[in-house]
Amino acid sequence: MAHGNGNGSGSGNGGEKAAPVGGRGGRYPSFEAPTVDKVMVEERAAALGKRSLKKQTKVAGLKLAISMMDLTTLEGKDSAGKVRQMAQKARSPSADPSVPPCAAVCVYPNLVPVAKRALEGSTVKVASVSTAFPSGLSPLSIKLADVRQAIELGADEIDMVIDRGAMLSGEYNAVFDEIAATKEACGEVHLKVILETGELGSYDVVRKASQIAMLAGGDFIKTSTGKIVPAATPPVTLVMLEAIRDYYYATGKRIGMKPAGGIRTAKQALHYLVMVKETLGDAWLNNEMFRFGASTLLNDVLMQLEKERTGAYQGGDYFSKD
Amino acid sequence: MSTKEIAGASPPKEAKAEAKRAASKAVGMAFGDAWTYAPAPEASDHIKLQPRYELFLGGTWRAPESKAYFDTVNPATEEKLAEVAEASAKDVDLAVQAARTGYEKYWSKLRPLDRGKYLFRIARALQEKAREFAIVETMDGGKPIKESRDVDVPLAAAHFFYYAGWADKLEHAFPGRNPRALGVAGQVIPWNFPLLMAAWKLAPALAAGNTCVLKPAETTPLTALMLAKLIEEADLPPGVVNIVTGAGATGAALVGHPGVDKVAFTGSTDVGKKIQRALAGTKKKLTLELGGKAANIIFADAPLDQAVEGIIGGIFFNQGHVCCAGSRLLVEEGIHDVLMRKLKDRMATIRLGDPLDKNTDIGAINSRMQLDKIRELVAAGEKEGASRFSAPCAIPERGYWFAPTLFTGVSQSHRIAREEIFGPVLSVLTFRTPEEAVEKANNTMYGLSAGIWTDKGSKSFWVAQRLKAGVIWANTFNKFDPSSPFGGYKESGFGREGGRQGLLSYLEVD
Amino acid sequence: MAAKNGGLKADENVKTEGAPAEAMRLSVRKAYKMYVGGAFIRSESGRVTQVAEASGSESRENIPRASRKDGRDAVVAARGAWDGWSGRTGYNRGQILYRLAEMLDARAEELTASLVRGGLDEKSAQAEVAATIDRVIAYAGWTDKYQSLFSSLNPVAGPHFNFTVPESMGVVAVVAPARPALLGLVGAILPIIASGNTCVVLASEADPRTALTFGECLATSDLPSGVVNLLTGSVAEVLPHLAKHMEIAALDLHGVDAAVSRAAEEQGAANVKRVRVRTLGEAEWFDAAATESPRWIERFVELKTIWHPAGQ
Repeated sequence: MAHGNGNGSGSGNGGEKAAPVGGRGGRYPSFEAPTVDKVMVEERAAALGKRSLKKQTKVAGLKLAISMMDLTTLEGKDSAGKVRQMAQKARSPSADPSVPPCAAVCVYPNLVPVAKRALEGSTVKVASVSTAFPSGLSPLSIKLADVRQAIELGADEIDMVIDRGAMLSGEYNAVFDEIAATKEACGEVHLKVILETGELGSYDVVRKASQIAMLAGGDFIKTSTGKIVPAATPPVTLVMLEAIRDYYYATGKRIGMKPAGGIRTAKQALHYLVMVKETLGDAWLNNEMFRFGASTLLNDVLMQLEKERTGAYQGGDYFSKD
Repeated sequence: MSTKEIAGASPPKEAKAEAKRAASKAVGMAFGDAWTYAPAPEASDHIKLQPRYELFLGGTWRAPESKAYFDTVNPATEEKLAEVAEASAKDVDLAVQAARTGYEKYWSKLRPLDRGKYLFRIARALQEKAREFAIVETMDGGKPIKESRDVDVPLAAAHFFYYAGWADKLEHAFPGRNPRALGVAGQVIPWNFPLLMAAWKLAPALAAGNTCVLKPAETTPLTALMLAKLIEEADLPPGVVNIVTGAGATGAALVGHPGVDKVAFTGSTDVGKKIQRALAGTKKKLTLELGGKAANIIFADAPLDQAVEGIIGGIFFNQGHVCCAGSRLLVEEGIHDVLMRKLKDRMATIRLGDPLDKNTDIGAINSRMQLDKIRELVAAGEKEGASRFSAPCAIPERGYWFAPTLFTGVSQSHRIAREEIFGPVLSVLTFRTPEEAVEKANNTMYGLSAGIWTDKGSKSFWVAQRLKAGVIWANTFNKFDPSSPFGGYKESGFGREGGRQGLLSYLEVD
Repeated sequence: MAAKNGGLKADENVKTEGAPAEAMRLSVRKAYKMYVGGAFIRSESGRVTQVAEASGSESRENIPRASRKDGRDAVVAARGAWDGWSGRTGYNRGQILYRLAEMLDARAEELTASLVRGGLDEKSAQAEVAATIDRVIAYAGWTDKYQSLFSSLNPVAGPHFNFTVPESMGVVAVVAPARPALLGLVGAILPIIASGNTCVVLASEADPRTALTFGECLATSDLPSGVVNLLTGSVAEVLPHLAKHMEIAALDLHGVDAAVSRAAEEQGAANVKRVRVRTLGEAEWFDAAATESPRWIERFVELKTIWHPAGQ
């Protein structure tokens, strides 16, 4: 079913357009997605946040959350020293052996080799942002070269950004093509597609963008670059989880989810886990299918774990600030 | 080669659909034990119930003339909570007299703004004691603490706040019509929202200048009695609010009492009709809020995942013990299968159990009697050929429970499509066009509420204009507000509660 | 005045009647400040006015004298608060006004004493405070009801759903009446904020102390900062700047000289301000039926009509 919207039609970003990829026979799949009622979805997300998580549920959830973290540093002033220290924290967040390592670290391409060396011998992956992160507003050839080089430098995972301008002007085929081209450049490397939900304007567009990203070959869909506000929110995450569920029923394929940015407290992290549990169930409650993009979150989770262990509220100075 | 093969078209439509159905059978959500919720009981040891509750008449607590008491029980555990006075006809008479005195001597002589100030006091105190009221409401009635805490108690306080503000503004509510109080109101309320129904009755009646005799339901008297205590502490003049606890006989004595100027009843349609017959020819004003069999209409262009929430909330909220529950799902045929899949997945995450656990979504059925009624109708549904699906919940040993259930393959003539079950049971029917949806929705003796789910505004308004129901929810469900008039068409009753219009039930106007 | 007790003069803040000389305590004098953007401030100009004590004794309070810049800053605060305030539910605004009544009731004695120092006798002061509290209660009850009275479903001749709803206007500049200094001030502000507007108020020049004490009640009432901003000083000096201000939606002028109000209305025409000019007699402010009428709110709402087809 060919989609009517313009492909590479003049407007939007300059520079090269991806060669039309489309589906089998050069036709695009349907990007149809249900609409989303804002009031109801926000109510549902808030209701899920009212689950009361006590004792062993809380401890298990907190440890699960740590195992799902992509510890992130994406600042212009990042240096080898900074990344080494963060990597150390990711591979060994706590002296307590029951606390698992994080899932990955997330850095800019130039810092990938440093991260790789610092994480040798651990299970922690190295994810690199790419495709002219965070704006994505560079010519496609540069964005794809960005991907290839990051992989050459050792990245295990690639986090790309979609073309939000194209998305908002209805150029869905162009958005699809860029993601497909990026996946091709990734080869076997795991690809996360950042929708930058805070720029998309409505849940309807987020739902549609999720659909496009999954159809085009993304392994994960991710909310945000973390560079603007709002970043991840419970309702926007819920919308994406529902998109993942529908896609799974339609194709049998499980796509992962990563909310990123603005998740600072253990309480928030547990809220997200409740949403995953009650929307997608057991198969998604692991770090192959769900990640948190975070930095300060880790310490708050460690503090909460310590509080559960000792019964006393914790102070910030007792946890390393890397 | 056929033209189709030349064009490289995709496989024929039927084969595609078949493949899709096969795929959908194989895949599914596994809501298992990867991460379970530990018990999260609401702390309730600070709650001290009295072993025995008397009647509240003329500002004092007094034993019933009959010296008779009955037990009120926690339906989740079947344990006795307290003994409650059984008001005889004589007690009812004393109550009505107290209300009459309260009206003539005190309430009718107060400055209207001061009536309002008393109601503000009640509202404030209810906010301050919210937690206590929520816990007792859950223990006495069986509803989840999450609901009594987040819905029942806050709404009850809001009703008192809202009507407090009307007390001095009646002339503006009905300009030029000389609004005046009726006198003594006799009010009989049900067990599904005990405190909230007490607020819905008392707040407007008092604001309009009447005094009240309230009879709470026999299985849920406790929060009304606690409210009486709170009213006592707010220093309301004696006789303004009186509580007579008891069962059907007490209620009959109250509505039949010649000293009552106004009767307000919320409950079953059958009892409502009895009351209407009993009051025929008398000068008593009457309002009735009775049963329902609401249609929840889902169009193919609905925001589907939110519609699922609306359907679930519409029928399983408060265990389906809701007069305006969306108990008939009318779904546009084309999306029937996908919607059923979504509903069943959603039902798998509903938590049934200890109502005092903060994570419980669905609590106990209010009484053995009600549980039997639900079972009877569900059995009828199965017998008549509908297909039953019940959520796989672990049912506790003691207490009255019914797992959330839905029936597919239901037709208009089935008993489960016509009779009010008043339990967590959803009947699913299909339709093809908006006209058909409207016709099916209206094809009932009831007319309390309805739901419409569509993304198309004009269709929403078109359908809303044609549904014969007193409350219509578009892209939402079970929303209540003290400023929003609520009440039914046809055999769901007459009169409105809430809003400016809700005052009319308690006023004489020119 | 013979100096007693080691040089301490009899101070009006100290209750000396019947107290032994050694028990006289040295008071901590309140600095009266304007209430703008939720904070208590002096004038950016640094100017003050010494307001005479009604009893004729030496006045000691320095009341801020607002400048046009203070007016400007107050408008910024009021405009910043408008979206949030008008976006709250009527129920929530009512809760806040109810809380304001609680704060006033708790401070009834202090407000009474302030009115007395401003020139009233004890009994009249008490009556004014009681009437003010009741006025707040009355408007707390209006916040979620006036909509039912001003809205309508309009039976247009066609298949359209057509309804009219009231909305707040924005920032209103108020000149409070000189007297009654408390009841008039509060009675003017309430209909404005009950309907979701925010305001900048030029308080009574006759008794600014009471106005600023009222500001302290506002600050403890959960009212968001910037919804009400109280300025003291010269009305004649500041009003023209507010009248010309392009961000202000309406003017509510009480007991203002005819020439001044005409000038304000002329200046207000620059952005088509809605202008109300009223002069109630002091006693009229006590007429609850007249001053708690929804017509007072009606003056500060805009009406929006929406059409929507009702077809399939």
